This record gives sequence, C-alpha cells and structure tokens, in this order.
Amino acid sequence: MSAPRSTSALLYLSGVTVSFDGFKALNNLSLLVEPGEMRAIIGPNGAGKTTMMDVVTGKTRPDEGEVVFDGQADLTRLDEADIATLGIGRKFQKPTVFENHTVRDNLLLALAGQRSWYRLLTAAPTRAENDRLEEILAVIRMRPQQHMSAARLSHGQKQWLEIGMLLAQDPKLLLVDEPVAGMTDVETETTAQVLREINKSHSVVVVEHDMSFVRALGVKVTVLHEGSMLAEGTLDQVSADPRVVEVYLGR
Amino acid sequence: MTPSRVLTGMVSLITALALAGAAVAGDLGTLVVNLTTGGFGDRETAINALAASGEPRAAPILEALGAGRLYVRPADKAVVIGKAQGNQLDLTDALTGKPAGTASEDALQRVRINNRLRGVIDDAVGSLTLLSPDPRMRRSAADSLFKQRSPSALPAVEHALAAEKDAGIKRAFAEARASIILASNDASKAQKLEAISVIRGRGDRDAMGFLQAAASSSDADIKAAATAAAGSLNQTLAVWEAAQNVWYGISLGSVLLLAAIGLAITFGTMGVINMAHGEMVMLGAYTTFVVQQVILAYAPGLFDASIVIALPLAFLVAGVIGVLIERSVIRFLYGRPLDTLLATWGLSLVLQQAVRTIFGPTNREVRAPSWMSGSFLVGQIDVTYGRLWIVVFALLVFAVLILVLRKTPLGLHMRAVTQNRPMAAAMGIRTPRVDALTFGLGSGIAGLAGVALSQIDNVSPNLGQGYIIDSFMVVVFGGVGNLFGTLLGATALGIANKFLEPYAGAVLGKILVLVFIILFIQRRPRGMFALKGRAVE
Amino acid sequence: MITRFLWQGVDRKLRWFIALVLAAGIVPVLLNLFTPPGSALHVPAWALQLVGKYLCYAALALAVDLVWGYCGILTLGHAAFFALGGYCMGMYLMRQIGSRGVYGNPILPDFMVFLNYKELPWFWRGFDHFWFAAPMIVIVPSVLALALGWFAFRSRVTGVYLSIITQAMTFALMLAFFRNDTGLGGNNGMTDFKDILGFPVQADGTRAALYLASALMLALFLLIAGAIVGSRFGKALTAVRDAESRMRFLGYRVEGYKLFVFVLSAAMAGIAGALYVPQVGIINPSEFAPGNSIEAVLWVAVGGRGTLIGPVIGAVLVNWAKTYLTGALPEVWLFALGGLFIAVTLFLPRGVVGLWAQLKAGRERSRRVAPA
Repeated sequence: MSAPRSTSALLYLSGVTVSFDGFKALNNLSLLVEPGEMRAIIGPNGAGKTTMMDVVTGKTRPDEGEVVFDGQADLTRLDEADIATLGIGRKFQKPTVFENHTVRDNLLLALAGQRSWYRLLTAAPTRAENDRLEEILAVIRMRPQQHMSAARLSHGQKQWLEIGMLLAQDPKLLLVDEPVAGMTDVETETTAQVLREINKSHSVVVVEHDMSFVRALGVKVTVLHEGSMLAEGTLDQVSADPRVVEVYLGR
Repeated sequence: MTPSRVLTGMVSLITALALAGAAVAGDLGTLVVNLTTGGFGDRETAINALAASGEPRAAPILEALGAGRLYVRPADKAVVIGKAQGNQLDLTDALTGKPAGTASEDALQRVRINNRLRGVIDDAVGSLTLLSPDPRMRRSAADSLFKQRSPSALPAVEHALAAEKDAGIKRAFAEARASIILASNDASKAQKLEAISVIRGRGDRDAMGFLQAAASSSDADIKAAATAAAGSLNQTLAVWEAAQNVWYGISLGSVLLLAAIGLAITFGTMGVINMAHGEMVMLGAYTTFVVQQVILAYAPGLFDASIVIALPLAFLVAGVIGVLIERSVIRFLYGRPLDTLLATWGLSLVLQQAVRTIFGPTNREVRAPSWMSGSFLVGQIDVTYGRLWIVVFALLVFAVLILVLRKTPLGLHMRAVTQNRPMAAAMGIRTPRVDALTFGLGSGIAGLAGVALSQIDNVSPNLGQGYIIDSFMVVVFGGVGNLFGTLLGATALGIANKFLEPYAGAVLGKILVLVFIILFIQRRPRGMFALKGRAVE
Repeated sequence: MITRFLWQGVDRKLRWFIALVLAAGIVPVLLNLFTPPGSALHVPAWALQLVGKYLCYAALALAVDLVWGYCGILTLGHAAFFALGGYCMGMYLMRQIGSRGVYGNPILPDFMVFLNYKELPWFWRGFDHFWFAAPMIVIVPSVLALALGWFAFRSRVTGVYLSIITQAMTFALMLAFFRNDTGLGGNNGMTDFKDILGFPVQADGTRAALYLASALMLALFLLIAGAIVGSRFGKALTAVRDAESRMRFLGYRVEGYKLFVFVLSAAMAGIAGALYVPQVGIINPSEFAPGNSIEAVLWVAVGGRGTLIGPVIGAVLVNWAKTYLTGALPEVWLFALGGLFIAVTLFLPRGVVGLWAQLKAGRERSRRVAPA
C-alpha cells in the first residue's frame, strides 16, 4: 500500500470499495470534505451511506481504496477507538446514551481526554473537567436533570443529551446519521439550527433521506447511488440532474 | 488338534471323496443311522462318509455329534439334535432340521464318541466346509486355513482349489495354499517366492504378519522378496489405516451431526441457546427404550422393527416437550440470550431429575436389532452395520430437514421470521406459532438423534450432557445459521478427533480439538461459513 | 493512596455490609474459641467449616458478578479459575504431608507412588513452600484468564459465543485433570491433607482461622470491587456492558477494560478456591464440571446481578438450601435448582436485592399516594 497522499482536505476518500459476499456496498467511492465544511449526503436505500460511515469510523475495513483524515492519518489501518481519539465523532440514528448512567456521567464518559483503563481506576474528575461539564450542561439546558438516570429522560431530552455528549467529545469531524428520522417539522427545523451552530466550530457530514431537511441546511450535497458518487453540488443543482431524478423517481 | 491326526482325517476324507463318486453313498438317512451304530471304528468310517456326501445337513449333524448333542429317540429310532431348554431338551430332527418336540434327557440315548472320534469329527467338519455348497462357508474355511497354516491341510486345499468355480473364493484358496507353502519346510524356493507374491496380493494385516515372519528367513532371496513385499504392503496398509480413521471420523461426525443439527435450528435460526437440547436427545433415547420394552413384552416378533417404530414416537415426544418449553419459558426470554441459556440449563436439570426419578439412575439397555449388528470389510476397512446405519440415518435426517426448510410453508415462514421478524409479522405470519414449531422441530430432531444414540451410547439420565458442548462446538465451528456448515463442521471435527486419537489418546485428542475450536472462534467468531454484512448485526 | 482508592467508591450501604461480613467472621470464631462446647452460645467447628465454604462460594459469586453483572460478560467457566486456585493450594498441602503418606515417600505424594512416578514432575517444584504456592494461587488463574481474554476480547468474541468458549475451556480442563498422566492426581484428585503452615488442618483452631480468613477475604474483595465499581473506571465498565460499540466510537479501548476485570475476577476466584480446599479437605477434577460454573452464575442471578451485595446473599442462600435439601430430600434438589434457574430468569431478573428495592419503592409510592 502506498503512503497516504498529503491533502489539505479534512476527510479524503479515494477509490473505496467494500463488498459483502459479492455485493458491492461501496464501489470505487471518492469524496472530499474540507475543514470547516458541512456536507449532506443523500441517496436512496442501499446507496451505501451507512457503509461509508462505517468505513470512516473504522467499523468496516474497505477492500480497496484510501481513507485519509486530516491530511495524514490512514483510517483504513486504525480501529474505532483510535479514530475516535483522532477526532471523529459519530451520532447514530437512534439516540444511544448510556441508560443506566446519570446525565452527568454520560457527559463525563464522552468528555475528551482520559480513555485508558488504568488511569481511570484512580483518576477523579479534575476541576477543568468539572467546569467543562457545567458549561455543556448549561448549553443543553439539562443542569436540573444532571443526576437523573438517562433511562428516565424523554426522547427529545435524550437527543439533547447526545448532542451534549458530542460537544463534550469535541471532535474535528462529526458524522451524523439521519438525525431527523421520525421527527416533527418543528423538531426538524430545530435540529437543522443546532447542526448549523455546531458547524461553526466543527466539520460535519450529515447523512439524510429527508429533502426538506437538507434544503434547510443549505449546504453542498453529495448524491450516492449503488455505492458510488452520482452527483455533487447544491441541492438545486443535483435536483436538476436527470440521473438523480431517475434514481429517486424513475425505474 | 495334532497335525498327524488332521492328516489322517484329510487323507481319509480324500479317500472317501474318491470313493464317493463310485460307491453308492446311500441316502442321508442311512449315513446318519450308520453314525449311531457299530463300534468306534465303524463310526469313523461313517463320519467320513457323511462328510464326503456333500449333504448340506452333514455339517450341523457332525457338529452336534462332536458336541455330544446327537441323540437317538428310542420310541421311533429317530436321530435328533437336542438343545437344552430348562430341564427339557428342544429336539430337532437331524435329517430334516425341523422341530421334533421336546423330551427329557433321560428319555433319549446319546450317541457316544471318544476322544479319537472327536478329533476325526473336528477335521471332518473343517474340511467339509471347504466343499460346502454354501459359498460363505467355503470362504470362511479358506480364511481360517490361511491363518492356521497347517501343512497337513495342503492336499485338501489343493483339491478344493481345483474344484472351485467362484473366482473370489478360488483366490482365497490360492492364498491359503500360499500361506501354507510359505510356512512349510518342504516347499521349494520357487514355490515360496511365488507364495510371497500371492500373499502380498492379499494385502491385509494377516498377510503383513506372515511376510514379516518370512523376512527373517535364512534364505537371502526369500528374505529379500519378503522384505520388499512387506515394505510395499506396509504402505498400502497405512493408506487403509488412514481410510479406516476417515470412516471412524465420519461415523463420529454423523453422531455429532445428529446431536447438533437440532441445535443448529434453534440456535441458528432463532438465536436461542438451548442448554436442554441434550436432554431432548436423552428423551429420544428413553422413548426408544420404552418402545423396545413394550414390544418385547407384547409383540416380540416386531423386535427388529422396534427402532423404526421408535423414530416417529421419539420425534413426537421430544417435539411436543420442545413446544411446551417454548410456550412456557422461552417465549418470555426472546432477545435475552444469556437468560435463555440459564433458564434452559435449569430445564435440563429438571428433565434429568425427572427421568432419573421415573427410570432410575442406572443405564438402561437398548438392544440392537439384527440388521444393525455385525460388520463387514470394505477392502481393509472394518464397517459395522450399526455405525453404517447411523451415518445413513444422519444424512437422511439432514436431507429431509433441508427439504422441509426449502420446500414447505413452515420452512418458508421460518426463514421469513429469521430474516425479519416485524416484517414477517406484518405480512400475516403468526410468528409465535412459527417460533413454537421451529423449536419443536429442533427438539424433535434431537429426539431422533436420541434413537440413534441409544444404539451406541449408554441410555442414562446423563446421556445428553455429554453431547451439549460438542454440539455447540459443531454449530459455532460450522457457522451459525448455515446447515451445510453444520454438516461440514460435524464431519471435520469427527475426523480431526479420530486422527488425533492414535497420537494423543482419546481424551487429549478431544482436549486438543476443544482448544483448536476455542482458538478458531477467536479468528473467525462467526464460524467457517459466516454471513457477512450489515444483516448480521 | 491505595486506601483512598479503596474507600472512595464504597458507599454507605456497602460499608455496612462489609462491617456485617467482618462481624460474621469474627463473632462465631470468638464464640467457638471462648465458650465451652455445651454452652448455648457455642459455635461448633463443623458449622464454621460449613459457613466458611459458603463464604468461599460467595467470593466466587462476587468474582462472577464483577464480569457478568458489571461488564456483561456471561462467563460459564469461572469454576475453572476457582479450581485452579484450589489445585495450587492442594499441591502445597500434598507436599506438606511429607513422609506421613500411606507409602511414606518423603518426596512423592501417594498417588504418584501408586502410578509409578520416579520423580516429581517439573510443575510441582516449589510447591513445598507456601511463599511459592501463595502467588501461584493468583498467577495461574490470572494467566489463563489473560490468555483467553486477550484473544477473545481482541477478536471481539462477545455474548453467547464467549459463554460457549468459557464453557469449553472448563470442560477441556476437566478432561485434562481427569487424566492420570496430567500428574495432578487424576480422578481422585488430592486429599488426606495434614498440615497448613505447620498447623494440623483438622484441628478446631485451624478451622476457626481458615473461617476467619475466608470472611476477611470476602470483605477485602467487597472493598476492592466497590472501589472499582465506584471509580470512573467502573462507570466506563458499565457503559461497556450497556453499549459497547458506542464506547468504541467515543474512543475507549474496550478490550483493556474487559481484560482487566476478567483477570482480576479470575484471580479472586483462584484465591477463593485456595481457601476452599483446606476447609473441605479435597480437590478433584469434578470442580471443573461445566455445571459448577453455571451454578455460580445462578447464585449471582438469585442474589441480584450488577450489585455487590446480591452475589454474596445469593451464594449463601442457594448453598444453604443445597446443604439442607441434598441432606433431607435428595430427590428434590435438582428439581429445586432447575426450577430456581427458570424462576429467577422469568420472574426475578434483578434477584433478591432487586426485589427488595422494588418492594421498598412500591411502599414509598403507596405512602406518597395515600398521605395520612
């Protein structure tokens, strides 16, 4: 394998192919995300969106291709924990918080910093860490619930807690998987606002089905189809592309 | 039996044979009556005459005479063969072989013989079989002469060799002759060298022994020829031995397959860890036991069919209990595999103790029907009928199961529920019913396995425990959710076990296999034929 | 620092419980030593021995709970670690017999003389010294756990697959220890011990001391487990149990957490086994039987997984019932044990301790609903 190409892009995918028993979930996919950018990735079911996320976060190893983060790190050789430590966060479609832990402990677990098991045996939270926790609790407006176990939170509160955990993790790049699935219009609009807010200090890749939400984000769009890139541009540009129209409507 | 006596016997036999053509041998009745009259000298003549007659009844009559079981019934002067049955003797007419009532020994007159006559009878019976009309008798006579190698038998063997029509038996006689020649002191060197090549052609372990013995001959040529023949035979035998191990491995693999295949269904398609699976096997074995007891008590004539009759019953018993278990316990634990494991372990303890309470803690004997006993040779591979049937049965069960899964509505529903439970439910498949039936099917197959295992293992309350870990190993090794993986896994593990045994011993071999699987699961946590992709998650 | 570490995570309830365990260790011993045998307060040595056995089981249950209740690894092979610790102790005790064995051989234990051994196998070297045997009690189970865990956790073997592997491990060990050639006493195991640290094993004073040691061990284990569970490590550990892949995406190296707990727990089980052997006076391969490990899991389930008090209560309750039933109604015992497995998983997923908490919560709620 050749040394990863030096690039200014934050995330660089080139010629990535993943196959499951002969079925190509990703087929020679290439993608560039610049620092500070927010990118929406759309595509019909089975287009390879989730597999792409799995490849970037180290859950799935590609059969071929390069995945480079921050111009130097070859993600194909690292595992989930390494990649997370490098600064890639992932938000799942279903809010996953640690239900048996309190809100505060959830945030503490996500807080950037100490991860090694032998340090954590004796380490008490430092003052800086406690300050940061207070800050995040204020942002997500959950200070009153901080000692409540996460299992008792409402669905919306869990979403907020998870956003708080992402803030605590403070990743350089945030991957968000279908954030508005099953949400009302109002919630969808709020979520778009929150993502734009986060984008001020983090790069974000959003995978989404919902066109109105993508429109609300107002960012560059990449259309995936059958594991490779079909089109790229503003939402209006790609919507005008006859191939995209055919993929979504045709047959 | 001293050689000289055999020789006399043989010579007189040959004489008798020579005479047989010309002299009126008389009918069987006369020959038999002659046995019972006159002095010992006359009887000797009569014995040889009977042996030379070629009558099929000659052998049983002479054997009875030798064993002191030939009697004359004073009432009608009939010659009968007696068999002790309590205080009485069960009688068979010596001439016809038909039952002739019973009598107490006092009411009969035993045909007496002395030691000398006993020797004559032995020889006569031995040689008789060389010319027996029954090819199997001739074949076994040739084989025993091959092993006995008594030089005095040579003329009789040569006579039989010349008379033999069947090519296979002719070869057996030729081999017997070669074996005798190689052992004798008066054969020529050329004869012996020829004998070596004939014996080499036989190619079994007995031949190996004779060749090795001949390899220490003082004659350089014979020594060289025998050494070379032994060397090449050794290689052939090593191949056969490997083949024998493969067969043992396949046989063990079929047992593993039977035990594991039900588990492959419940674990593979439902994700249920059924630790009571072994007890389903055990219930199948006890069902066989009960069926056999009932048949022995009420319809002994059906004994040979008892195993076949037990099959559907064992399937039903284990299957119904499986459905009950699913409905009463397991359905509450879906999605909690570790809890299912504990609960079914509890069930296994209850079932074991229940069987122990009902049938007692000791082993119960399930007897083999006649068609499952005995063995035969394929080349140098020893195949017992019992094991052969179990292999056939395992493959049959496997094939039927595949058919059920692929071709029946139940199979279709099972696969649908396996792949996407909510979707299947939405399409109107009654998933609880499918779950219960799937579990019942897996358990029923375990019951079938129990019928087969009752033939080779002790039927005791602990029968199932011995198989549960092995069965899990097979399923996991083969790849969960893949029945062909289970088939291959069972065969591979069976063969591996049997190949390790000669080097490491049975227990250490098993340990090595376990360690291998533990390491294997680390490399490929989902088995040999794992499903890949997102569907697995 | 260590004391601070030990005390920081231990909450008030657990402190009381540890104090209770210590009292249960000390008071009966005093009553045994300082009251006359006829007195109503006298605790006979056989009772100490019996309860001492329960305390060892309780320590094993705690070890199982640490990996199962707190880390979600259902181990079905912990009795193997317990037995390995027991065998290390057994080897020491065998060597202490010296020439007092039936065959009077000063070096070789009886079973080796019987099996025609000419010299001591290499792995018996050093076991005549307690200073050698004592660390081995910890090291042998730990190394096995480390080896198994290292491979299994790195290749992400989880759930039932891991359970089956641990089960196969203890099964393989059982087969190995049943062999006479293994050099550890074959199916008879080791027994007829005479001395431990120079004191006669059968003497009442030694029994009292062993009982006290068992109680101290359990108290120490509770303290250690409490400290671990209460630390940030403990929070991460339960998070691994609840959502392993989420922890990976947060950047945690999950294997390290699992491996540490697994090895620690194996070491605990080994120590418990080592104290168990001199009290029951025998160690044999049936201790490796797969059923034993599963039974230990039941103790935890009965008491309440994921709590530290639960496994102790569960182990004592179930074993007390076992002692009673196998004596009084031997036919019933397996029905009861089997039924208990089913009942606990179906109706008491949080065990006795969970039931207690549930009842208390229920009472409080009714009190709030109906104010006086």
